[in-house]
Amino acid sequence: MRLRWALADGWTITLRDLKHWAAQPWQIVFGLLFSVMLVLMFGYLFGGAIEVPGGGDYREFLLPGMFATTMLFGLEATYTAVTTDADRGVTDRFRAMPIAGSAVVVGRATADMLNSLLTLAAMVACGLAVGWRWHEGIGAALGAFGLLLLLRFALLWLGIWLALVLRSPEALMALQVLVWPLGFLSNVYVSPETMPGWLGALAEWNPLSATVGAARELFGNPGWGGDSWVAQHTTLMAVAWPALLVAIFFPLSVRAYQRLSR
Amino acid sequence: MASDLAVQVEGLHKRYGEKPALDGFDLDVRAGTVHGLLGPNGAGKTTAVRVLATLLRADGGRALVAGYDVSRQPAHVRERIGLVGQHAAVDEVLGGRDNLVMFGRLFHLGKREAGRRADHLLERFGLADAAGKPVKRYSGGMRRRLDLAASLILRPAVLFLDEPTTGLDPRGRNEVWAAVRALVADGTTVLLTTQYLDEADQLASRISVLDHGRVVAGGTPDELKSRIGGDRLDVVVRADADLAGAAAVLKGLADAEPEVDPDSRRVSAPVRDRVAALTEAVRILAARGIAVEDIALRRPTLDEVFLRTTEVAG
Repeated sequence: MRLRWALADGWTITLRDLKHWAAQPWQIVFGLLFSVMLVLMFGYLFGGAIEVPGGGDYREFLLPGMFATTMLFGLEATYTAVTTDADRGVTDRFRAMPIAGSAVVVGRATADMLNSLLTLAAMVACGLAVGWRWHEGIGAALGAFGLLLLLRFALLWLGIWLALVLRSPEALMALQVLVWPLGFLSNVYVSPETMPGWLGALAEWNPLSATVGAARELFGNPGWGGDSWVAQHTTLMAVAWPALLVAIFFPLSVRAYQRLSR
Repeated sequence: MASDLAVQVEGLHKRYGEKPALDGFDLDVRAGTVHGLLGPNGAGKTTAVRVLATLLRADGGRALVAGYDVSRQPAHVRERIGLVGQHAAVDEVLGGRDNLVMFGRLFHLGKREAGRRADHLLERFGLADAAGKPVKRYSGGMRRRLDLAASLILRPAVLFLDEPTTGLDPRGRNEVWAAVRALVADGTTVLLTTQYLDEADQLASRISVLDHGRVVAGGTPDELKSRIGGDRLDVVVRADADLAGAAAVLKGLADAEPEVDPDSRRVSAPVRDRVAALTEAVRILAARGIAVEDIALRRPTLDEVFLRTTEVAG
């Protein structure tokens, strides 16, 4: 009974976000346009300057990285939604109502995952339009999409935890400043092997690199390869990293939520 | 516990680090009344409300709301309370009706019942015309009324209003006051925190004055006013030179030393026998040739009560 209500309440809160989309369609459209713009910008502006390993098509190489970067940027959406509710007192209203705290979180998570699914679909459509393809069959491609969404799911908890701990919509700027280097300090645009040793190691161990490497492999797109252990085990790491992030930040988020009553 | 008490608090303690926010806070609120919790910023009003609304855990003491212990039976308490905080805690993007339906669904009303309740509340708070409009285009008073409506979906036994008119213009304030009065007519118990004395005076049947985390004075607004010396006689003289003369006259009639305010040329003193004091004052002032611009009997304002009680405690 309690579980049923938690799910029903979670869905009510998800519906609230879906209604936001309906009320502000332009926000969704601009969000998608931003992603499309990134693809076009990197695909056509920088494309000529970067040599793709194995001499493949640059956009074939680029798209898996763009997919993963978009999942990373989703962190900001989660952060903004949670801090805005806390700031406006909506979180307090939920907490003073007879609903489970888990319902609020499940609702948030479902809405964010649906949003990410939509964004990913738009990116894929855009990728197909500029010549990106998957080559290893639909099963492997679905596996790659699954890994991308798994990364988003793991970062969701990081976003919720940061929002509950920092509690400040203004700190979003700081978060954006930190998210960009995380996106670039990876194998998305350049090979970690061309970076100074320690930086390259950092980039290879970046959770984003693991997902990107695994997605390239599953899509059959060209990648950097590499001899290091992480570079050889991207699929394993693309599961292990998100699992680790969830294992750390899910309990931390629950604890931060409970600490609101301190 | 006495069944006519909607809120019963004994010795609540809460500290943030070294600083006590509640320091032996006691409170009894009778069912069906508006109780004002009055105090300056930082007195502990919001902390008290957050503990009673199950948002914050107290370090010590006991609090019963609608008969249930806030720390041991928070779920029961949450089914019986409404909370209006200092911000209008509603979704800015959604319309007023969508907000109320969403909260209604979260209170586990059926789809149709949530819609009916939303329409009823929109009507009642004069928001029916703005039902579909996004809340971010509402005025401050409209938001606060929507916030109130959202707190009343389940017809709560106890409603907490934490500074409900802070930041509103006079028109918005009147709208909220009218809404609160209507609630009480329905039998809802209201605990109202405010730093505006006229607000407590207007709405509350009993007031507790809070300072440094504990109640330093309590009673009906009239009792509180009487406690600092009953009625006051104010005399405004035409010329500065007459101030001392007027003070001497009032001193003979009053229980205490008159207060003299040279800026407004006003002499003020507490008096016991209202009418006798007034007629005597008029007679003596005229006899001594003191030109009077204004003379009046009045109750002390809650500001005077407030300053007096918090001074003693501080």
